[in-house]
Amino acid sequence: MAGSTLEIKDLHVEIEGQEILKGVNLTINGGEFHAVMGPNGTGKSTLASAIMGHPKYEVTKGEVLLDGENVLEMEVDERAQAGLFLAMQYPSEISGVTNSDFLRSSINAHREEGDEISLMKFIKDMDAKMDTLDMDKNMAQRYLNEGFSGGEKKRNEILQLMMIEPAIAILDEIDSGLDIDALKVVAQGINEMRNDSFGCLIITHYQRLLNYITPDKVHVMMQGRVVKSGGPELSQRLEAEGYDWIKQELGIEDETVNA
Amino acid sequence: MTVEVSLPYDKEYVTQFSQGLQEPEWMKNLRLNALEKSESLSLPKPDKTNISKWNFTEFDHHVKSDRIDSLDELPLEIKDFLDEEKDQPNLVIQRNHTVAYATIDQQLKDLGVIFTDIATALRDHSDLVEKYYMNDAVHVDEHRLTALHAALMNGGIFLYIPKDVQIEDPMQAIFWQEDSKASLINHILVVAEENSSVTYVENYISHNKEEKTSANIVTEVIAKDGAKVSFGAVDNFDAGTTVYTNRRGVAYRDAVIEWALGQMNEGDTVSENITHLIGDNSHSNAKTVAIGRGKQKQNFTANITHFGKGSDGYILQHGVMKDKASAIFNGIGKIEHGASKSNAEQESRVLMLSSDARGDANPILLIDEDDVTAGHAASVGRVDPIQLYYLMSRGISRFEAERLIIHGFLAPVVNQLPVEAVKRQLRQVIERKVY
Repeated sequence: MAGSTLEIKDLHVEIEGQEILKGVNLTINGGEFHAVMGPNGTGKSTLASAIMGHPKYEVTKGEVLLDGENVLEMEVDERAQAGLFLAMQYPSEISGVTNSDFLRSSINAHREEGDEISLMKFIKDMDAKMDTLDMDKNMAQRYLNEGFSGGEKKRNEILQLMMIEPAIAILDEIDSGLDIDALKVVAQGINEMRNDSFGCLIITHYQRLLNYITPDKVHVMMQGRVVKSGGPELSQRLEAEGYDWIKQELGIEDETVNA
Repeated sequence: MTVEVSLPYDKEYVTQFSQGLQEPEWMKNLRLNALEKSESLSLPKPDKTNISKWNFTEFDHHVKSDRIDSLDELPLEIKDFLDEEKDQPNLVIQRNHTVAYATIDQQLKDLGVIFTDIATALRDHSDLVEKYYMNDAVHVDEHRLTALHAALMNGGIFLYIPKDVQIEDPMQAIFWQEDSKASLINHILVVAEENSSVTYVENYISHNKEEKTSANIVTEVIAKDGAKVSFGAVDNFDAGTTVYTNRRGVAYRDAVIEWALGQMNEGDTVSENITHLIGDNSHSNAKTVAIGRGKQKQNFTANITHFGKGSDGYILQHGVMKDKASAIFNGIGKIEHGASKSNAEQESRVLMLSSDARGDANPILLIDEDDVTAGHAASVGRVDPIQLYYLMSRGISRFEAERLIIHGFLAPVVNQLPVEAVKRQLRQVIERKVY
């Protein structure tokens, strides 16, 4: 199976009346890893949040299709059940709900009633994946993200990704706030997901994550649009030379969406 | 304000009631004195809740019931409170105003532990009860309801732990208002002598939706130097029962009193939970969770007052309000002059599930000493849409996501209850009340 296809077509998004995305086009096929790069304030995280259905973002124009189905008409949980996953930059803290109960509910939400994951299998899977991510086992019994350090939250997002095994994942600045060792661990977890059918959109403004996860395609966002696309060599050039050459090439003075 | 006294219970009734139970003379006198005072004292005035028209006087005072010989005779709704897997060696079940079942571990008994109904305690341990009964914690003449309580007390528990005795197994009491009009005027007296420790958990239950009655419950917990008392409760009176409940603790040097109160009554309720940290380095952790629904009116006060140096108090109140229910949560951290190096913390949060419901969180810090630390957090709001979004983004439905958040919000008390069955029971009550 070749996996799913996520198509983003001419996507326009507003927050509190201000337009942030001004026509984004992007297609991710199963088996492909895409990186979206760009300086701060160019709309990268907005793209991730709008696709998942964050309540503060309003789509004013365009389409997001998952295997031809209009994602924008779905509730947030339906988007997840259809195969989307977003590893969030700032995951919520939820007191009183253990990480493990939450994870099990999430997995079961993707399964039919009567076909829930057995407790034994769940614990075994979770233990193995926590090992991969070098996570302390007691994190399973802690309340969801409550009192987690920045690094622990990121690992916990990747743990969910690995347990849920979505068709298409979006990783929103999963590298921010991670030291180099943690970054390697997280990258390893993501690389373990790589197969013919899994598609991934990695949002970052640093090249360094891409030293450990090689993208098939790299896109640069400025002013709320994808302004340049290329292969892995594009991210290397950005690392070496920064973004100024693109701005010059395209005649952009201020790359942020407010421009 | 004039107080109308329409009590059907007079001096003669109280005297006969006391004599019928073969109570000691001091108790009879305490009752009669209290009855007299109840005529002149006013009702308490809980902040922002007018209780002047609430039913505190219309009820059946003495309903005799049968004892039970075996726990198998209990209806399912009461069995629900008992762990199936393991025997509960320390258990008292009060059915209306009769002790239906009582057992205590023989080893504990041999060590001098007393766990029995209050009437038996008054007969068998009169001096011990007299020493603590409405002396150090709650006073007869605080207001009309404490006086009425003292005059008409008709049930409850005496739990006494001698010096240096540490009890591992929880002591459990079930108060079953089986009769629709029976009034539980329970007195719970817990005395933990020096360096002893105990965990006690109680359940109140009734099924009188329509028929009206009233419960007037006073609890006194005395923790002597170095003692530790963990007190858990699930209150679940039905809508017909108007409830006044006053749970008060006194902690001496290095003593610890922990409260975990699941206040799940369906009727109008005034609840006070006050702890006096008398001794240096004493400590109290007072947690309450509550749910309001229908047109229920409730008022909760949690107060920790610091007298001892280096005393530490932490109050947590979490309430969920739906339908047209209203509730006031007063959290009071008070540090008296001289209680230096003390710490008073509190958190009051109200989750509103309906726009017709009302919830107030009033955090109050009263500090009369310079060298202390204190803090409070309070919030009233709806389920956080960003939390919902996060859970739903993992495929969890909106309904299930809300459910997880609400159970999580009420978890601080659920998790602290000592008996598995009681935990499960509180979770079920929460589930039933919220959905």
